[in-house]
Amino acid sequence: MALLEVKDIHTYYGNIHALKGISFEVDSGEIIALIGSNGAGKTTTLRTISGLMAPREGSIIYGGREISAMRADLLVLRGISMVPEGRGVFAKLTVEENLDMGAYIRSDGRVAEDLNSGYAMFPRLKERRKQFAGTLSGGEQQMLAIARALMSKPRLLLLDEPSMGLAPVLVDVVFEAIQRIASEGVTILLVEQNAHMALQIADRGYVLQSGEVAFSDTAASLQRNEIVQKTYLGID
Amino acid sequence: MNILASQASRRVLGLGLLSGGFILFAGVIGMVAAFHEREIVDDFISLGQVLLLGSPFITSYLMAARLTETGEDPPVILAGGALIGLLTALPTVILLLFNSDEYRYLLDASLKIIPFVAASYLAWKSHAQGNETRQVAATWLVAALLIGIVSFGFALIFEVKGDLRGVLVNVDRDWVEVVTFDHRRELWTGIGLLLAASAGAGLAGVIMRILPDIPRRALLYGLGVTLLVGAFGETVRLILQENLDRDTLREIFRRDTLRQNAAAVLFIVSTLAGFLWAMFGGRAQSEFAALDDSRRHTMRNLGMLLFAALLLALPWLIGRTLSDVAVTIGIFVLMGLGLNIAIGLAGLLDLGYVTNYAVGAYILAVLTSIGPLGLFKGSFTFWMVIPVALLAAMFAGFIFAVPVLRMRGDYLAIATLGFGEIIGKLALSDWLKPLIGGAQGVQNIPKPFLFATELKNPEQLYYIVLVASLVTLFVSIRLNNSRTGRQWMAIREDEDVATAMGIDTARAKLLAFTLSAATGGVAGAIFAAKVGTVFPNSFTVFISINVLSLIIVGGIASNPGIVVGAVVLIGMPELLREFSDFRFLMYGALLILMMINRPQGLIPSKLVMHEAHAGAKPKLSAGD
Repeated sequence: MALLEVKDIHTYYGNIHALKGISFEVDSGEIIALIGSNGAGKTTTLRTISGLMAPREGSIIYGGREISAMRADLLVLRGISMVPEGRGVFAKLTVEENLDMGAYIRSDGRVAEDLNSGYAMFPRLKERRKQFAGTLSGGEQQMLAIARALMSKPRLLLLDEPSMGLAPVLVDVVFEAIQRIASEGVTILLVEQNAHMALQIADRGYVLQSGEVAFSDTAASLQRNEIVQKTYLGID
Repeated sequence: MNILASQASRRVLGLGLLSGGFILFAGVIGMVAAFHEREIVDDFISLGQVLLLGSPFITSYLMAARLTETGEDPPVILAGGALIGLLTALPTVILLLFNSDEYRYLLDASLKIIPFVAASYLAWKSHAQGNETRQVAATWLVAALLIGIVSFGFALIFEVKGDLRGVLVNVDRDWVEVVTFDHRRELWTGIGLLLAASAGAGLAGVIMRILPDIPRRALLYGLGVTLLVGAFGETVRLILQENLDRDTLREIFRRDTLRQNAAAVLFIVSTLAGFLWAMFGGRAQSEFAALDDSRRHTMRNLGMLLFAALLLALPWLIGRTLSDVAVTIGIFVLMGLGLNIAIGLAGLLDLGYVTNYAVGAYILAVLTSIGPLGLFKGSFTFWMVIPVALLAAMFAGFIFAVPVLRMRGDYLAIATLGFGEIIGKLALSDWLKPLIGGAQGVQNIPKPFLFATELKNPEQLYYIVLVASLVTLFVSIRLNNSRTGRQWMAIREDEDVATAMGIDTARAKLLAFTLSAATGGVAGAIFAAKVGTVFPNSFTVFISINVLSLIIVGGIASNPGIVVGAVVLIGMPELLREFSDFRFLMYGALLILMMINRPQGLIPSKLVMHEAHAGAKPKLSAGD
């Protein structure tokens, strides 16, 4: 059974019809990529799933329950964690305090263990654990945002443009980390403009175009698809 | 020409004219004459004269600091200081001449000449830029015409009004007396004195700057202490009055003014103290830093203990009048601590804080008053009603917070500003008049009793404010370090991310507004009991603005900063009554200066300090 099932959702910004009936499924353990150009509705889709925006029509079913009307903070408790676009680290807190904030909802005593596994995944964060997050480089901030999102022990991790503004070397580091997270059993829904990278690590992909799903396929066949190659991968 | 073009001389000219413009402005708005009424040292110098001479002194000091950096020679800098002094006096001298009976014609003449001179200057500029003759001529004509019209307008006004006083009401006999150093009748002697004193102050400023470090710090310290004691003479005398016998006091003060001998002794002693501190202060500090932790800890605790003892003994040290001021300051400290929960901790810009203050005050008034509007004719006491006022204010805070929960930043500020206005209008309304008295307010509010003692003096009320402030301080520190504090921090930084961390932002914001309101209610109740009457016009938007300003001036989210901010913004105007008319002018100037030079506040919190730091420094790691 699908972990997340999005059925024909319509989301509006005031009068602007941003999502015009988007449907897709994410199975447990998969990496799913949502690709598309600016304004296609990728971020809006993530915000709608995570509860920051409410769809006017349609339903979102997560773990067998309807969640489209549920508040964002309660969804975190149910295991949906989001890394927002532009990272959103707490600039005035240290790296370690940021990670602590990520474990805000938890009351079990194993936060320290997970802190260490976060540091194991991104050793650079450990070097800078007492440093204010605002003084980190863009790549380090992205690593911190991902590590922080993992601190709430999510089942589903929503990633919004993790490669944005990063140097190619760091994009590789971040995407390797995403693969490792997936291999540990976390389901991943990834929104990316960098379709090339996203399709390399994803199992399946959905191509969004002006608020609708244009087509979908396995990541491998999407990479071979002529339209995708032309429009999103820059291959003629 | 060459000298004029050099950067140093342009800086001197610019600064001098700025300083002169300031002095002229201060005179025209009546500040100089009003400040003259406060004598700093008996029969020697007044606050007005300090203003006249302080401007060239400080300007030259700053000029000298800049020019030493760029490597100018001392004689050049000294000449610059004298020039700044002369330029400072110049606009005032011109106004003096225009204002005098004998030289009134100069005003007429210059009003006639100015259009031609100004137009010719502009035409010359235009010529120098290489414009054609036709354009130069056109520039001259248009400029002469436009400036001429303005000039003619002024001439007409002066003609109709008879003299300058008709237009500039503050350019009167008092002003002339001050700026001529009491030589109103011998105008040229007065002008000479003004020019000489101003140039001397400019020179003194330069000399002060180029002195070696240690004597300079000592002298500045001595000068500063003497001026402060002189300016706050009334306050200092009130404090000493509690602790000295009358004869000794009379040796030091003539009424509220420092005597010359006392001032001289004070200056020498404080300069010496400054000298010692400049010589050995650095070493003392490093020795303190070198102490081992436990001993440093003991010394800190000792310091805290001393401070606590001082706080406890304060009313007995400073006497009744100043205790009254201290209570007012305390009420604002209380409100500052409360509002800081919303603004500093949760980042919610609340401009309607007066609402809570008013609710607390009116609740106490209506429930305890023994007058016609009192509901229970005194059967409820202050202590029984304080919790009610607190809960009522929390309730009001809650009610007002619900509709604005989804608003952020500027929108929130404007909405809360509206609530503050609503409360003011409600208090004045006919609708609530049977309950809270409309414009007449509620009267006959009894003072609180402690056992059988009526706490009717400010010295006694001080302790209520002190205890309330300490409790609030304790609660807000504990809150800040709690899970709730972390929620607020996350919301302050980024509401969306806070939600993504699983924080119920609506609940956290409601809590911040409600808790913040609680202290406002207590402050209002104490205010009502202190004054004994409650009027609607005590609850204007200025209360909200004052509380906000004291938080910003002290340093946002910094608890010691709030106390300092309250003393500076609430206490100073109470103590310096000569400032009263110019309070808002100085308030504005102070705020602008603060925001330029010390945007993080007088005593910034650690977090903000880090932020300001991070902005100034390059990022530590290389960008990607």
